Amino acid sequence: MKYTLALAQMNTVLGDVRANLEHHLALIREARSSGAGLVVFPELSLTGYALQDLATSVAARARTDDPTFAPLLEASRDVDVMVGFVDEDERHRFFIASAYLSGGEVLHVHHKVYLPTYGLFDEGRYFAWGDCVRAFDTRFGRMGMLICEDFWHLSPPYLLWLDGAETLLLQSASPARGMSKQPFLSSMSSVNQLACIYAGMFTCYVAHANRVGFEDGLNFFGGSSLFDPDGEQTKTGPFMDEGLVLAEVDTNQLHRSRARLPLLRDERTNLMLRELQRIVDSQITAAPSR
Amino acid sequence: MVDLSIHPEVVRKVLTTFLRTEIQRTGFRRAVLGLSGGLDSALACFLAAEALGPENVLAVRMPYRTSSPESLEHAQLVIDATGVQSLTVEITPMVEPLFERFADMTPTRRGNVMARERMIVLFDQSSATQSLVVGTGNKTEILLGYSTLYGDSASALNPLGDLYKTQIRQLSAAMGVPEVIIAKPPSADLWVGQTDEGELGFTYEQVDQLLFLLVDERYTPDECIEAGYGEKFVRAVVERVRRNHFKRVMPLIAKLSNRTIGYDFLYLRDWGT
Repeated sequence: MKYTLALAQMNTVLGDVRANLEHHLALIREARSSGAGLVVFPELSLTGYALQDLATSVAARARTDDPTFAPLLEASRDVDVMVGFVDEDERHRFFIASAYLSGGEVLHVHHKVYLPTYGLFDEGRYFAWGDCVRAFDTRFGRMGMLICEDFWHLSPPYLLWLDGAETLLLQSASPARGMSKQPFLSSMSSVNQLACIYAGMFTCYVAHANRVGFEDGLNFFGGSSLFDPDGEQTKTGPFMDEGLVLAEVDTNQLHRSRARLPLLRDERTNLMLRELQRIVDSQITAAPSR
Repeated sequence: MVDLSIHPEVVRKVLTTFLRTEIQRTGFRRAVLGLSGGLDSALACFLAAEALGPENVLAVRMPYRTSSPESLEHAQLVIDATGVQSLTVEITPMVEPLFERFADMTPTRRGNVMARERMIVLFDQSSATQSLVVGTGNKTEILLGYSTLYGDSASALNPLGDLYKTQIRQLSAAMGVPEVIIAKPPSADLWVGQTDEGELGFTYEQVDQLLFLLVDERYTPDECIEAGYGEKFVRAVVERVRRNHFKRVMPLIAKLSNRTIGYDFLYLRDWGT
């Protein structure tokens, strides 16, 4: 099966959900008229990234009775949509979240499991930690969603791979940083290297949507990309400029790549589990895990 | 050993986009900046002209009676090369009455008064022309505190604050800043014969490398000494960075309430835009 995946490399208005929602609906319309079957938005696309004290006032719930999600769910009748938002759960904990919408329904919500709270990041101050990594079925095959720092750790993409994900949908609000003589800032190449490695090692598609624009002095660099199950970068968005990046996905490529390179077949999950359990048990007196 | 090379086109794209988006998102279209004839303000002017269009940039020359005539000429070179709007406002008649009132004023005090008078002129032009003041301080001088608080350090946004002086030179060359401005010894020109490097006691090339290790690479002072930098030099720079930190933060507020500006009332400036 072939379909067109659209990476919505967009800017946001910080803390203005209504303005961002309108922008989403316009991009979804544009993607649909371009023949896309799925539109992937960046991290916190409905709210903006560096929310600080705005975090609790921009939250939404991925339900039909939510004023932000109602029009998005309606739009998802024609084209699948993955959005980024602040999810307030029943117990009023606030999560950085992504939701996959299709056919007017919420297929899956992922809560960011790794909150960077160091250097220029302060997410752990404002948000609750997600505690679950699950793949889910869509009309384009089984998928898994991860948010920025989630895929700077090996375990979430690894778990999604074992859980059957054929496509990893990654969304970021990644600030560019690190100057050198190279024609890019170093954080830009790091993200691409990760996506490339996951695609190649997990023989799966990796789609990465990163936003653009500034928030104060932070510059989100774009460069959204699609990697195929051979680890080849088949599409790249522009540096720093907005754009709807259209990329073709051929799910039969999974068959070809995995026939050639049966890494999934040969993965020793029981060995991994046994050794991991031994390591965890031996460190039981160390700091408690999250 | 330390390589401070940059890729000028990447930095140029980031900084021009920064100026354009961060000025326009607040409803402004124009920028105003002080043009001293030195390298930092020349580069800021080139960046602003490219970001906003030269017709939307006002460069203000603000000489004092002892200012070097060369500074005015070099500022004119930048105005001619970029095509920006320009204005010359002599600050002598504004600062002389204060100098006369306090006849024992040291050169440092006089320099600070001049820097703050220039700030007044720029922020007045900001209001008069509906433009934002673009800062021209580089990372080296911000870290060393080599600036006047509420004087040349005052601005609405600063495209140069994360570039060391040696990186400023690289970007300036790539953007076509006149060579005579790049090559001359950096000077605040607050008194005759003043040079930055003479006053600081070391060259920018030396201190930029050391600051890069201390700040960007998180070396300890002892590791810098082990790497070959003189102990006296390292200790002096570390102390200078610490002692001048007050210039890099907002004034202190004493916490009394449950929610206090700066401590637990936290929003970006771009809130809502």
